[in-house]
Amino acid sequence: MTNETSGMPRNTSSPRPAPVIGALDDSDAWSKAVVDRVGAVAGDGLERVVVDRGELTLHLDRGALLAAAQLLRDELRCELLSCVSGVDYLGTDERRLHAVYHLTSLSYRKRVRLEVSVTAEDAHVPSVVGIWATADWHERETWDFFGIEFDGHPALTRIQMPDDWDGHPQRKDYPLGGIPVEYHGAQIPPPEERRQWA
Amino acid sequence: MTDIYAPTGAGPADGRVITVQGQDWDEAFSEPLGDDRIVLNMGPQHPSTHGVLRLVLELEGETVITCRLVVGYLHTGIEKTTEYRNWVQGTTLVTRMDYLSPLFNETAYCLSVEKLLGIEVPERATTIRVLLMELQRIASHLVWLATTGLELGALSIMLYGWRERELILDILEMITGLRMNHAYVRPGGVAVDLPAGAEEKIRDFLAIMPARLGEYEDLLSGNPIWRRRTIGIGYLDLTGCVALGITGPLLRSAGYEYDLRKAEPYCGYETYDFDVPTSTDCDVYSRYELRMQEMRESLKIVAQALDRLRPGPIMVADKKIAWPAQLALGPDGLGNSFDHVRRIMADSMEALIHHFKLVTEGFRVPAGQVYVPVESPRGELGYHVVSGGTNQPYRVHVRDPSFVNLQAVPAMVEGGLIADVIAAVASVDPVMGGVDR
Repeated sequence: MTNETSGMPRNTSSPRPAPVIGALDDSDAWSKAVVDRVGAVAGDGLERVVVDRGELTLHLDRGALLAAAQLLRDELRCELLSCVSGVDYLGTDERRLHAVYHLTSLSYRKRVRLEVSVTAEDAHVPSVVGIWATADWHERETWDFFGIEFDGHPALTRIQMPDDWDGHPQRKDYPLGGIPVEYHGAQIPPPEERRQWA
Repeated sequence: MTDIYAPTGAGPADGRVITVQGQDWDEAFSEPLGDDRIVLNMGPQHPSTHGVLRLVLELEGETVITCRLVVGYLHTGIEKTTEYRNWVQGTTLVTRMDYLSPLFNETAYCLSVEKLLGIEVPERATTIRVLLMELQRIASHLVWLATTGLELGALSIMLYGWRERELILDILEMITGLRMNHAYVRPGGVAVDLPAGAEEKIRDFLAIMPARLGEYEDLLSGNPIWRRRTIGIGYLDLTGCVALGITGPLLRSAGYEYDLRKAEPYCGYETYDFDVPTSTDCDVYSRYELRMQEMRESLKIVAQALDRLRPGPIMVADKKIAWPAQLALGPDGLGNSFDHVRRIMADSMEALIHHFKLVTEGFRVPAGQVYVPVESPRGELGYHVVSGGTNQPYRVHVRDPSFVNLQAVPAMVEGGLIADVIAAVASVDPVMGGVDR
């Protein structure tokens, strides 16, 4: 295993080959170490590795997320969780809801993306608030918009939508507009029903 | 007094509820409060919370015991709306997020679309982007200086901050046509070239500004009230910053030299000569000093960008991506050039079809996802853009620095005085349009 970056802890366990889509740059020792070491920790939990447009994405099973995250923060120096984003792959992925974590290594000036996918019926992902405190609001936002439940989050409440809102607006089966808005007892019908042109 | 805004049918909160609506303080507090803990709602329309930010403060006397932030009052669903518009229209939407730095939103969005497309932007367009972004960084920091001065009682600096910002807005209006929400940076380049006289106007500004920055510092830096309200206030050290994901001037005030223009250069920033100022004081005063120095560095970058402006295209040559209409200034304002209209209407049916297709349907972007961060005046502004291979974005998620940095407020204010909450929130420089999106 190539590992030239100074101070990088060496991998001692044997790496398990995960399906890799795309090719890593040979000079990118850090990214290779990330793939190898996360593969060693996550085992079968590392489902896929994608290298696209120079960006490294690790698709993880939710059971392997916390162990991989802890390793990435403590040993591979991903000190900063830049953001948690959600994507709804309705119709193209069985496990349609993806929680996407963008990690930044301040020490190595590198980035890596973790992607965890769950079904809408069982939308549970362990919370990483205990590892990166900044995940607090990010996970609340992802819960608010996509309905992904982050187990272990200290207070998983809505953050952008009103507290009593129904549904998760950024899901692909949630329409843009046309939602009855309740405000102080008033019901505002969807736009197409507001006027009649008789 | 009855609360006319209370929800109907809701039960009373525990303990005594007092609603103060302005001008009625004596009446509301005619009976002494005793030594109770007070839960105080500051905002969502408090003048010193930078827009509709709501702070729920638990107070003992004047000491803040806990602080919780409530956001979302300005949520407009911009991320959702982008999924229903084509890629070029996305620029018009994202520019409305962080309204003090719209060009950073546009550039970050366009850089991510360009990364998905795999195209390179012409050099002149990149230089114009850098030029305008750095001008806007100064404008944004001036708003910060003006509002923070206002909130801490330094009223003169408020007027000067707005005055100089107006000079920049005039330049931006001259170049882009609008003072804010420009929609000037487009995937593949910029909308229109610099008009005649723009360079002179920017050079005039560069000549004025350094002395003005010195005047602000003469007003504030030695001012005993300003110093007592900012030094040692809003303390957040490096460990706290990194754990809470803080970037931008807050992180640099804790001593860490992290600026994406240096760390992960984009738009050719690695070729410009500038410094990243840092401090180790971790307080509001150091953030003030850093922003003042950053404005000077931005002036340096603007001057260099002006010097390297060479004639050339401002949009990619690929006609399948470049906006077909050549914009020109006519007697009725900026619009499609007369030559272009004559060509598509009279000469070439194919050109007309091409124009129509590209404007209404737009171009397709290969499937994939990218995350592109830029250094906005408030920190790391990141765009996570997913394409499904169609003419519309599949998902646009914005990592807004104000949203993340606001999480640091409880850590900065708990245990301090309520008056210092104002200074701490101001030093974060939150823009609620970006926070709530």
